[in-house]
Amino acid sequence: MTRFIERHPAWALIGILAVAILLWLIFAVWPPGLEEAIGRKKVFLNAVFNGITLGGLYFLVASGFTLIFGLMRNVNLAHGSLYLFGGYVGYIISSSTGSWILGFIVAFTIVALVGILLQIVVFRRMEGQDLRQTMVTIGLSIVFADLMLWAFGGDFYQIQTPSWLIGPVEIPLVTAVRSSGEAIYLQYPLVRIVIFLASIVIGVGMWLALNRTRIGMIIRAGVDDRDILAATGVRIQLVFVLVFALGAGLAGIAGVVGGTFSSLSPGEDTRFLLASLVVVIVGGMGSIPGAALGALIIGLAEQLGSVYIPTYAIVVTFLIMVLVLALRPQGLLARR
Amino acid sequence: MSLSHGAHAHATPPTIAARPSIRTWPEINNPAAWIVATLLLIMPLIANGFFLIEIFATTLILGIVALSLMFLAGYGGMVSLMQLTIAGFAGYMYAIFGTSASANISLGWPWWLATPMALALATIFGTLGGALAVRTAGIYTIMITLAIAAAFFYFTNQNWPLFNGHTGINTIATPHFWGVDWRADIPFYYVVLAVAALCYFAIEYLSRAPFGLALQGVRDNPRRMAALGFNVNAHRVAAYAFASFVAALGGILQVWNYRQIAPGSVSVGAAIDILIIAVVGGITRPIGPFIGAFIFVILRTFALDFLVRIGLDGNRFRLLIGLGFLAIVFWSSDGVIGLWERWKRSRSASVGTSRRHGHG
Repeated sequence: MTRFIERHPAWALIGILAVAILLWLIFAVWPPGLEEAIGRKKVFLNAVFNGITLGGLYFLVASGFTLIFGLMRNVNLAHGSLYLFGGYVGYIISSSTGSWILGFIVAFTIVALVGILLQIVVFRRMEGQDLRQTMVTIGLSIVFADLMLWAFGGDFYQIQTPSWLIGPVEIPLVTAVRSSGEAIYLQYPLVRIVIFLASIVIGVGMWLALNRTRIGMIIRAGVDDRDILAATGVRIQLVFVLVFALGAGLAGIAGVVGGTFSSLSPGEDTRFLLASLVVVIVGGMGSIPGAALGALIIGLAEQLGSVYIPTYAIVVTFLIMVLVLALRPQGLLARR
Repeated sequence: MSLSHGAHAHATPPTIAARPSIRTWPEINNPAAWIVATLLLIMPLIANGFFLIEIFATTLILGIVALSLMFLAGYGGMVSLMQLTIAGFAGYMYAIFGTSASANISLGWPWWLATPMALALATIFGTLGGALAVRTAGIYTIMITLAIAAAFFYFTNQNWPLFNGHTGINTIATPHFWGVDWRADIPFYYVVLAVAALCYFAIEYLSRAPFGLALQGVRDNPRRMAALGFNVNAHRVAAYAFASFVAALGGILQVWNYRQIAPGSVSVGAAIDILIIAVVGGITRPIGPFIGAFIFVILRTFALDFLVRIGLDGNRFRLLIGLGFLAIVFWSSDGVIGLWERWKRSRSASVGTSRRHGHG
């Protein structure tokens, strides 16, 4: 951090200013002039919170994508299909058993099994052939999309939020002040906050597992140099299968989260594939902290964009990607 | 870039076989090419309106767009998934500058002004996208171009002032001049055929021109080319510019064909279809995309009847396409052309001729 400030003082200043303005916008009571110019603070706060929680969801999808890419150089374009499949599994389980939590567990397990199967049956046969693997994942995504359309039709499915998570909570952030001087606090759905916290826990857990455990050390070594790692006697194929299972399982969990947040339908696979692509391009390929940062930026940009410039919202996301590619093609937090 | 590399290694014959034809067009000595050309020219006598437009003109249009991808992937080693997006961009620009039912959007320019405008803007769009994509190399290209394609699709979907949202732009005017309605079946077929032939021979020519050879050098070994003094990135961007122009031509023809354009025409699925067409046909030679497009259009048109006849659900067309694509990627790195050549080689080997087979 200090090195960054020393090397790029101008950028650091701009960044600090942006963060300061954002914090002021979140915590201060807006003066009337500002409310007239850009609308009510409640709208803004809701967009920011939606952006942050959406960022949490994007992180869940993209972290699996970036993990698989980092270790295996496999651009898994079927990742969106795994997301949607996990969502459908979660829907079936939670609607038939009534347990939301069980939906997560089963979705993780089944999608991870699909991932293991893919790695063993398909990708192991074409190791080191990046482009061919990518082509295969494109073919698989088409096949999966059509199979899921066959099984579930074109309907929208929404996973029922469990009763103990329904309803808004009051967040100690003032959105406005009544004429009587009484402050109005922000109301926000509890389930989104819980899911966001859970995605932070998962993110921190992944970081700890990667940086503090033996298996994490092996995976990091594999990201750096696969061949030397294999030469030291590590059973690299086992590591590949494990990482693919973890990445796919995370996509499955994200599917359940997405099904609870909004809904599941054909086409969502593409949407989340795009989200993970952009998140990973912005954050840096193969980097978990990069995925977290990218997810936060993209989530916020998407939500704020759709509130303030509704018909050009996607352009904001896209411009961020262009800007990152122009200034730092390897991504914000990539090591190389 | 293993796919194009592997394919290239066995598709490029040793110089002995290629030498005699390097200065002339390879088609001249190939009787099959003459037969195909004659058939295409007299097609309006054989086929009725449905076959002429729905099968052959559509094949040629999709072939042109896939040809631009083949040029980038086969000669430049850059698999771009945004070629259909560029074509769709050209179509949208034609609809916006030309005349259509959405009078509040279309500017009402005549076709001979709207077409070059659309071509120019789409070429610029594609070149900028390419300049972005060459910032990173190899496998990242696919990700960045896919992101561009998806972003454009969502943009057309949510933008009403320019792109008219998910309804798109309808009843787009097509050219009428010299007393001919150029969208009538037979004139339109010949227009498409002429453009397709032009693009095909342009790419055939370019692949043997200094620029094309340098591009293939860049594909095979960018570092060595850079050391030799070639500007690697400039060659790549120039390749994107040329491919964008070809794709834009396809896009204009597409919009003349359907007379409407909507986000569905630039969806991610459609962009991936172009990749499928190019890969199934074979990305080592310009004829591949047309073969792939023909297979694709035939499947798309007749799969429903065929699937119902063998007692399956007719809606599983995309499953069939996906499985076919997987099979091609698994077993032949050079698409249908590769399969055909392998078959030819194994046959000539079993006959026992000692004559070496060139594939030029």
